[in-house]
Amino acid sequence: MTTPTTSGPTTSEPTASETVQIYRVYIRATPEAIWEAVTNPEWTVKYGYAPVVDYDLRAGGAFRAYANEGMKAFGCPDVISDGEVIEADPPRKLVQTWRMTMTPELAAEAFTRLTYDIVPARGGVTKLTVTHDVTGAPLWAGLVRGEGESTGAGGGWAEILSGLKTLLETGEQLPFQSGPE
Amino acid sequence: MDDNLVFKALADPTRRTLLDLLFERGGRTLTDLESHFDMTRIGVMKHLRLLEDAGLIVTQRSGREKLHFLNAVPIRLIHDRWIDKYTEPHASALADLKAELETKT
Repeated sequence: MTTPTTSGPTTSEPTASETVQIYRVYIRATPEAIWEAVTNPEWTVKYGYAPVVDYDLRAGGAFRAYANEGMKAFGCPDVISDGEVIEADPPRKLVQTWRMTMTPELAAEAFTRLTYDIVPARGGVTKLTVTHDVTGAPLWAGLVRGEGESTGAGGGWAEILSGLKTLLETGEQLPFQSGPE
Repeated sequence: MDDNLVFKALADPTRRTLLDLLFERGGRTLTDLESHFDMTRIGVMKHLRLLEDAGLIVTQRSGREKLHFLNAVPIRLIHDRWIDKYTEPHASALADLKAELETKT
């Protein structure tokens, strides 16, 4: 499977939407709880890739994600991704740029644009939609799509959001997302 | 999201092909998707509706066009809820057996 590139002409008229990935999950939790789970490091270490996030939640504010202890044991650099907050409207909307810096190849790619839309549905259920515009970041695009799962790079957004749902609904962490001990 | 809707949506070859097309490339229009099938536009729309109801497709408006994106999360949820449950014990049982056999030699 190939990831579409954005540079140069191709036969299939590439559009911006081709490099957008959308993930949606319904979670039995309040928008506030989901906002916390996305932006508060006490929560982010409990699901997905379990990074320690550091958000300055205002337009232009810095974003950093740090390796947890388990990642460092595997030789991860301290800062694993960075970016800038574009819009922070708690608990409904967070827009940021996002670049993975774990390897030089990834760090050399463009900053991607990530949007979290958090919308109350019915019956105490909240709809979380993650829109990730990975234009100019083909390596990162493959990873967040879960293409590296068989080689131990994780299942990308689908795995992260599955873990987030389980954590918020049951208080439990998925067994393969145990995070730092 | 209702697991039954997901299983029902997946139980049709046309709908699985639609998902494959969107996996290959997201943001496709109905006209684009339709061109891959020998089927009426209404027929393809019905399949897309079922996929959207199951949460397997998310749509976004772009001007006059409706763009379709694959949402892999419901399949992941089924994987995490069902598949792991049945495959992991076997995998670990085999690992245990291997460890036991190795220590006895």
